[in-house]
Amino acid sequence: MAAVTSLLNWFRRHLVVIAGLLTLAYLLLPNVIVTVFSFNKPKGRFNYAWQHFSADAWKDPCGVSDLCGSLSISLRIAFWATLGATALGTLIAFALVRYRFRARGAVNSLIFLPMAMPEVVMAASLLTLFLNMGAQLGFWTILIAHIMFCLSFVVTAVKARVMSMDPRLEQAAQDLYAGPLQTFLRVTLPIAAPGIAAGALLAFALSFDDFIITNFTAGSTVTFPMFVWGSAQRGTPVQINVIGTAMFLVAVLFVLAAMAVGKRRGKHKA
Amino acid sequence: MTTLTEAPPPLDPTAPDRKPPRARGRWTPYWLLLPGILWLLVFFALPMVYQASTSVQTGSLEEGYKVTWHFATYWDALSAYWPQFVRSVAYAAAATVLCLLLGYPLAYMIAFRAGRWRNLIMVLVIAPFFTSFLIRTLAWKTILADGGPVVGALNTLHVLDVTGWLGWTSGDRVLATPLAVVCGLTYNFLPFMVLPLYTSLERIDARLHEAAGDLYARPWTTFRKVTFPLSMPGVVSGTLLTFIPASGDYVNADLLGSTDTRMIGNVIQTQFLRVLDYPTAAALSFILMAAILIAVTLYIRKSGTEDLV
Repeated sequence: MAAVTSLLNWFRRHLVVIAGLLTLAYLLLPNVIVTVFSFNKPKGRFNYAWQHFSADAWKDPCGVSDLCGSLSISLRIAFWATLGATALGTLIAFALVRYRFRARGAVNSLIFLPMAMPEVVMAASLLTLFLNMGAQLGFWTILIAHIMFCLSFVVTAVKARVMSMDPRLEQAAQDLYAGPLQTFLRVTLPIAAPGIAAGALLAFALSFDDFIITNFTAGSTVTFPMFVWGSAQRGTPVQINVIGTAMFLVAVLFVLAAMAVGKRRGKHKA
Repeated sequence: MTTLTEAPPPLDPTAPDRKPPRARGRWTPYWLLLPGILWLLVFFALPMVYQASTSVQTGSLEEGYKVTWHFATYWDALSAYWPQFVRSVAYAAAATVLCLLLGYPLAYMIAFRAGRWRNLIMVLVIAPFFTSFLIRTLAWKTILADGGPVVGALNTLHVLDVTGWLGWTSGDRVLATPLAVVCGLTYNFLPFMVLPLYTSLERIDARLHEAAGDLYARPWTTFRKVTFPLSMPGVVSGTLLTFIPASGDYVNADLLGSTDTRMIGNVIQTQFLRVLDYPTAAALSFILMAAILIAVTLYIRKSGTEDLV
């Protein structure tokens, strides 16, 4: 009886941790499946049921036609969209934090609205614009759309960082006879950099993984998510799982490395 | 609570000692804003205008469309597709509630109980983002496959009898049913719930918990009267970040559902990209936008966290 009570007590004390770990498992289960099935040798065209182990797809990740082409288009779009959205978004963030001006409320709403809008609405309205203007759908229309929806997220990330910055640092720089440009480059920008980096990283992830808006603005251009979407109809090659697994591993390693570097730096300072 | 250690308030340029007066200063903010705001005006606001205009046009693809103020399109679209609207709201609401129920313990655990594992768990919450969400959604096809272990277990436990009676599943299948779609939506938007919850939980001063305990509050009372109210900003932004994208989503309904689980996003997508009935598609998209905006405004007003925006 005592054993049961203590077991129950233990359970009750750790209930939150157990529930949290179960949720974490729910979040990670699909990634486990994606990884396991990257070693599958499916019978038909679809890679949904386990057959037997094979590393063929890992040896030849570009073995499916158009797959790596679509990957490179996605990477190119994500790169330029990140660059564009980060540049435009950082400027807006500085203006919002540092200056009082008219129409501030309107600007704030214009930044907030794209984040509070279902993607399909933005996608559909952008398509009407492009159709009305007779624009050729493809790389450029995708890029325009991606910069548009990444912009607000960059502004939010950079704004948070710049807001928490001590303005006296800049004053100090100016007291030490630094010109406005020098102050900006040697004081303001380095302090704002983590916010800008976070915004850029977010923009890259959002752009690279975007499907809904891309689907409306792509025309016949096939990005990586578009390729996966198409293959869900035609048959899913194992190589998709290989690339999904590789992206997951690279991301985890990248973040862990960044954390390790951060820790070492912290120690040095101390 | 810890006002002294907090960052100083943002710079107020009107204060005379803060910034040396500069000749071009008055126009600087507008130059900084110009490119980004122009981009948003041309590629976000202007398309909305075009869409509104398209929704009241009549015509055909061959002969072209003209604005005829044909508001009947709205009525026709609503009467033809109201089930999909209702379904979208129901699925998105169910997914949001599930995300809150599943995400809260995880966020709470990371904030208060994870100790030195905190950073690693945060990485694990964010890392799935880097695998394309379409690939991960397709993985659910394997997990929920007919006759697979998950469906088998649910069958043995007679869960499928209950969900079948409720109309969430049919027979001994989970795929191609509302349950699969809601499960996919919940999965896809769970991180958007966990992250804001974590941010607001992490800000809570741990001493408040001790204080509640000192005042003889049981753990559950502490949670109900101290922790949960203080995490409200996270709950509000988490539910918004989950509900809004879920209500317009068409990927989960398409990959994991059937023709009986089509949501309004599916209809807009089909009308726009396959049927090419632009006025109907534009009207539907406009209704969805208006409904979301009204709901979000009311919700933010009601929950009293307008500083969220």
